[in-house]
Amino acid sequence: MTRNGPVALFFHALVVIFMLAPLVIVCLVAFTPENTLSLPTRGFSLRWFEAVFHHPDFVQSFWNSLWLAVLSATLAVALAVPASLAITRYEFPGRGFLNALFLSPLIIPHLVLGVAMLRLFAVVGAAGSFGWLVAAHMVIVTPYVMRLLIAAISGFDRSVEQAAFSLGASEATVFRRVTLPMILPGVTGGWLIAFINSFDELTMSIFITSPSTVTLPVRMYMYATESIDPMMAAVSALIIGITAVAVLLLDRVYGLDRILVGQQ
Amino acid sequence: MSTTLPDAAPASPGGETPERRFPSAPLFLSGPAALLFAALVLTPLFLTALLSFNQFDYATGRTGGFTLEHYLAVVTDEYYLEIFLRTFRISALATAICVVIGVPEAYILSRMSNPWRSIFLLVILAPLLVSVVVRAFGWSMLLGPEGPVNGALIALGIGRMKLLYSEGTVVVALVHVMLPFMVIPVWTSLQKLDPAVEQAALSFGASRATAIVRVVAPQILPGILSGSLIVFGLSASAFAIPGLLGGRRLKMVATVVYDQYLSDLNWPMGAAVAVILLAANLIIMLTYHRMVEGHYRRRLG
Amino acid sequence: MSFLELKNITKRYGPMTAVGDVSLSVEKGEFVSLLGPSGCGKTTTLQMIAGFVEPSAGTIRLDGRDITRAKANSRGLGIVFQSYALFPHMTVFDNVSFGLEMQRVPKGERKPRVEEALSLVHLAPYAKRYPRELSGGQRQRVALARALVIRPPVLLLDEPLSNLDAKLREAMQFELREIQRKVGTTTVMVTHDQAEAFSISDRVVVMEAGRITQIDQPYRIYEHPETEFISRFVGKTNLLPGKVATATGAGATVSLAGIAVPVETAGLSVGETVTLCIRPEKLHLTAPSGGLLTGRVADRFFLGSQWLYHIDGPLGTLMVVTPNDGSTPAEQGAPVGLEWSPSVVRVHRGAMAEAPDVALEVTG
Ligand SMILES: Nc1ncnc2c1ncn2[C@@H]1O[C@H](COP(=O)(O)OP(=O)(O)O)[C@@H](O)[C@H]1O
Ligand SMILES: [Mg+2]
Repeated sequence: MTRNGPVALFFHALVVIFMLAPLVIVCLVAFTPENTLSLPTRGFSLRWFEAVFHHPDFVQSFWNSLWLAVLSATLAVALAVPASLAITRYEFPGRGFLNALFLSPLIIPHLVLGVAMLRLFAVVGAAGSFGWLVAAHMVIVTPYVMRLLIAAISGFDRSVEQAAFSLGASEATVFRRVTLPMILPGVTGGWLIAFINSFDELTMSIFITSPSTVTLPVRMYMYATESIDPMMAAVSALIIGITAVAVLLLDRVYGLDRILVGQQ
Repeated sequence: MSTTLPDAAPASPGGETPERRFPSAPLFLSGPAALLFAALVLTPLFLTALLSFNQFDYATGRTGGFTLEHYLAVVTDEYYLEIFLRTFRISALATAICVVIGVPEAYILSRMSNPWRSIFLLVILAPLLVSVVVRAFGWSMLLGPEGPVNGALIALGIGRMKLLYSEGTVVVALVHVMLPFMVIPVWTSLQKLDPAVEQAALSFGASRATAIVRVVAPQILPGILSGSLIVFGLSASAFAIPGLLGGRRLKMVATVVYDQYLSDLNWPMGAAVAVILLAANLIIMLTYHRMVEGHYRRRLG
Repeated sequence: MSFLELKNITKRYGPMTAVGDVSLSVEKGEFVSLLGPSGCGKTTTLQMIAGFVEPSAGTIRLDGRDITRAKANSRGLGIVFQSYALFPHMTVFDNVSFGLEMQRVPKGERKPRVEEALSLVHLAPYAKRYPRELSGGQRQRVALARALVIRPPVLLLDEPLSNLDAKLREAMQFELREIQRKVGTTTVMVTHDQAEAFSISDRVVVMEAGRITQIDQPYRIYEHPETEFISRFVGKTNLLPGKVATATGAGATVSLAGIAVPVETAGLSVGETVTLCIRPEKLHLTAPSGGLLTGRVADRFFLGSQWLYHIDGPLGTLMVVTPNDGSTPAEQGAPVGLEWSPSVVRVHRGAMAEAPDVALEVTG
């Protein structure tokens, strides 16, 4: 820290407070014993967490979001692994187009995707189906997975596979015993970042969820536009907790700065 | 998986030359993902573009035919003009503030030594991974009538202020959500910067400020530009922040589209606004891409 | 018939011929090196033997069997890659055991064989480590053990020592040769380092732009390079353009800038343009008036066991290497005489090619 002057450090402190304040206040208010949104000045209480667990809509939305995130992350990884292999290892017509297509959800506003999916689901008569919701989430999380996988596969020494091959391994064995384990950090990192993004997604989902498939962020959004009570803070605190766990795992398996800032 | 590893993969001595012999293998490998994206990105965008040219009958809610009235409405109707203007104003302001805060912060971070650097990088960037609803909710509590900010204002004798449901609140919350997107590219370009260059400038007798302005700033300009475009694009299409902190009156483009779709049920109108939003986003991104590529080509050439 | 036989092997990438019409026979137990500058097609040749690159034309036979189109995983060859290509997620033991597992060697039998291979390369105590916990030289030996444990009919080495630092490289050269002698595996090694090729090979194959230009024992390649390119690429050499002045049955004299130099090459005709090659260590310094030529010391460099002189004289600047026998070296600027025996002069027919200082750059 020695190279920053006092002014710089003061500025830095303000920025850190600014970034953390909204998250900290949510976590504090979640423990209030009061009926209104207020800081827990007279002791801590878990009553609002209990309220969440007894609120059937929130419980259902939580499970919806969890399943949605697990399924879409898993399926996205399953599609992205072969697709990234194709893009990094082969020269074929349409390769540049496919690469751009797979990364396009990063620059298409989620709002536009939501509107577009809503239209598609209306046309094919799939509105409100959980399966299609999973497919839609796969689309928005795949680019994150692809980015990590393409980085992992490009940095891969092909001669390691050749070595396994020369030792008598079949193609399938080489993939299972050598390629996959070697890109595993990219695969798990990609899965986790996909999970987090799907779990958090609001803007697209709000267009394409039905009452039975409402996800947690959508449920919170709708609830918050009606009324705000400390239960919202408790739900938010739970989400922050889940995200924190995922983030720590991510940091372990892949390195958070590598994901957020890129390879260094 | 038998085609994953063509046995005749040439191991070129220097760079990897992608395999050319099995054009069927890459199609087979990327086929499933390509199908998904064709079905759920290209098709729906195409359908939405078509929809935006359909007429809408308020009485029956039916759509059909061909019209340009929705696009005309956007450029002539006061209501839409105001919303686009407001969206532009708010996004531009949020972008400017992100530059003012994010660039010095990235610089300060880059001058820290580990472990502080990693810790604070995490503190600044990790909120990115927390649902935007939660963050908007946090701001509504901070700025609410009973929130700590108003508490401080009262304690300072300024008195309670109505902070929620104002453009200012939306801008503050947007800055909070977008700041990481500014810090990341600037940080990345600072990483590429050789610290010796700055030291060299200092050793030639340049003041610290001169060294920053003349040596550091030009090198991180592409990072600032790229951060600004991302922040602007995301702000312009932000939904949760104006939806939760803007109240019923303060609409932005995204919340208007939402209203068109789910309250007014005027899908063609909503589709037209969405298409314009997408087009604006793509134009910004592609222009930037061109610009940056040209810039680097000139530099290297 | 020889053990490994390449017959008219060619590999084209589009219009470009990476390897052209290469034929090579390797005897059982032999250690053969492919030597040539970077990009001359050595790796491509090795990869065709290994089965990673399919030849455009020609046949490869192993022990009489045509393996030209056989898959790499059915050839059973042992390969050591330049990058070592160890499996980073497996321990040293598992790395070495992988090939045995693929050959379905029973578990009980695997362990002693892995241990045997590891002790052959002096790595027995490191079995439980991961590759990242080893030094470069140790990784290299794991790669060797992994290739040898499957008892391959042929061992292929692609620049196996090029990632090691100079000192280790020299030590590993001899160790590699010793191990190869012990197990007796037929070996083909690729290298661009002539010292490496010379010190451990039975025969050296010199490649030039995708083609083989000479196959011989190391010392013969050095003493009798068949092309001017080889004489420049292999070691340092003095190249002197001249014309044949007189020719007899057993020899000739060549006129170099008016000086007649006797050579022992037969079959030259008078008036022919030739290039003479004389290795710097074959030139001897004498008293100024005692040699075939006189010159002046333009520069001298101390190389430890030797002195390298640049002598300016009537033939331009010549390199001379003399052993450092402890006596006082000739001073810079001092006049000296040069002499040599006619038998050390090699004659290449035709004019000299361009870039005569390649030798200094490549082998320096
Ligand atoms: N897969 C490939 N595609 C096109 N050209 C190749 C490929 N592999 C090798 N080459 C070319 O073939 C020539 C010989 O390469 P290589 O055998 O690797 O040379 P060396 O190992 O002797 O340095 C080089 O010019 C190289 O660029
Ligand atoms: Mg090579």
